[in-house]
Amino acid sequence: MIISIASGKGGTGKTTIASNLALSLRNVQFFDCDVEEPNSNIFIKAKIQNSEDVSVSYPIIDKKKCDYCGKCSEFCAYNAIAVIQSKTLVFPELCHSCGGCKLVCPNDAISWENRVIGHIEHGTADKIDFYQGILNVGEMQAIPVLNKLKNKVDKNKNVIIDAPPGTSCPVITSVSNSDFCILVTEPTPFGFHDLKLAVDVVKHLKIPFGIIINRDNIGDKKVESYCKKNKIPILMKIPHSGEIAHLYSKGIPFVNEIKKWQEDFLKLFEKISEMVKQ
Amino acid sequence: MKQLTIISGKGGTGKTSITAAFASIVKNTVFADCDVDAADLHLILKPKIKKTMVFKGLKIASINLDKCTDCKQCFKSCKFGAINEDITLNKELCEGCGVCSYICPANAIEMKDRKSGFSYISETRFGPMSHAVLKTAEEASGKLVTVVRNNAKEIAENKNLDLIIIDGPPGIGCPVIASITGVDLVLIITEPTLSGIHDLERIHSVANHFKIPSLVCINKFDINTDNTKRIGEYCKRNDIPIVGKLPYDIIMTEAMVNEKSVIEFSKGSLSNEIIKMWDKIKLRLNA
Repeated sequence: MIISIASGKGGTGKTTIASNLALSLRNVQFFDCDVEEPNSNIFIKAKIQNSEDVSVSYPIIDKKKCDYCGKCSEFCAYNAIAVIQSKTLVFPELCHSCGGCKLVCPNDAISWENRVIGHIEHGTADKIDFYQGILNVGEMQAIPVLNKLKNKVDKNKNVIIDAPPGTSCPVITSVSNSDFCILVTEPTPFGFHDLKLAVDVVKHLKIPFGIIINRDNIGDKKVESYCKKNKIPILMKIPHSGEIAHLYSKGIPFVNEIKKWQEDFLKLFEKISEMVKQ
Repeated sequence: MKQLTIISGKGGTGKTSITAAFASIVKNTVFADCDVDAADLHLILKPKIKKTMVFKGLKIASINLDKCTDCKQCFKSCKFGAINEDITLNKELCEGCGVCSYICPANAIEMKDRKSGFSYISETRFGPMSHAVLKTAEEASGKLVTVVRNNAKEIAENKNLDLIIIDGPPGIGCPVIASITGVDLVLIITEPTLSGIHDLERIHSVANHFKIPSLVCINKFDINTDNTKRIGEYCKRNDIPIVGKLPYDIIMTEAMVNEKSVIEFSKGSLSNEIIKMWDKIKLRLNA
């Protein structure tokens, strides 16, 4: 079973839920899909054993063959090639590696080269099989890193996916093919607004979902009444607590310190398993 | 005209609340919400929309199965896995490159415009605002960020305003880069947690990569003073001025619940700290 954890708004507690759930279950595959700002391993503390580069291809122009006809630049939907008088410029960061420029070049002047834009790492902690992707600083495209990362998903195992914030492509790539999605929110106007966006995404992808309210009892009651009205299950509430916040700040998962929560996370997992079976 | 972007790397550190607070202090400024994925600034600024524009993101392939000869060239050529073997389109995966349309010998694939969202020009009680909405499960948020920024620049030029404050998205990838390229200064909002510190270091490297000077604000600095000290040391080593240390105060959330900026909502010490911080940022912007 694949469970992903998403939110819309950043900083609502995705990593907190994902890592505490994983540490309560053990024997899971864990994927930190926030390749722009991966934080899960601060809590999981896996010893990284191996690393694989993520490369993408980009065009190289053979100056001897290029006659500056501009067809490649005209075709490129991403503005990754510009032809200025007798110069053809390539902007590798903008290239999506679609292969179009090479197809349209009448002079066979384009070949491909690879460049590294990030890497994926694997390690273990206790019985957690931990994977994370890391996008290099200055790179734009999280998707190739995410695709390589998600190739490691073993559907026969219990898999936990910590998704990035937002609602666009990286989130969709992270959560797609999940059996269930936990949406983490906080009971504030920002949390509520972005929750509704996240609900649209998981509905669009037809993934069953439920909600966890983090920092319960700050803010207002709008998230709860929305869930009630729309028959969205509230799976868990985590109170706003100085103790939990302080443990978080030090990178300590609270299930390790407050044992009651370990049982609560196990129950959460059972509840989700039941919902997925139905 | 100067441009300041508020970023954080990590989400939920307080970017939007602090942008809204600045909005109630500054004058002659355009506010741009570049977190187009999950925009929240409008919840406090309550813009009155003056102009709505359709945002066309990347194009999308449209397959005419009547013309299709099932040669599977498109399926074989698509680098994004957006065309299935039975020649149906996986909309979410299509990046609009046009290779399938180009390669199809039967002319059965057309690249069509895709209405991916809307951009807006609005008025608020603090001044003009540029913002946008990306439709569910659409791509090209980086491109929409650029539209929002261009709209903001246009407003600033037309109304002769001297500053644009940009509320940026979390992360370090495409939409973040689109939000900071060419700005004069970034303000990084961090928090004294290990995650906050990790993400601060990454986002600061991105700003450095694009040669944009950074300032740091430590929000909720009192929730872990050891970590606040570590942030201080990191900033010192990297020569980043810390322009504000804001205490944890539930008033920030209360202001949000009341749909007001914290400056409007309270005259307390948090508001004072933010006003002092803005004075320091102003000096840097005009330096």
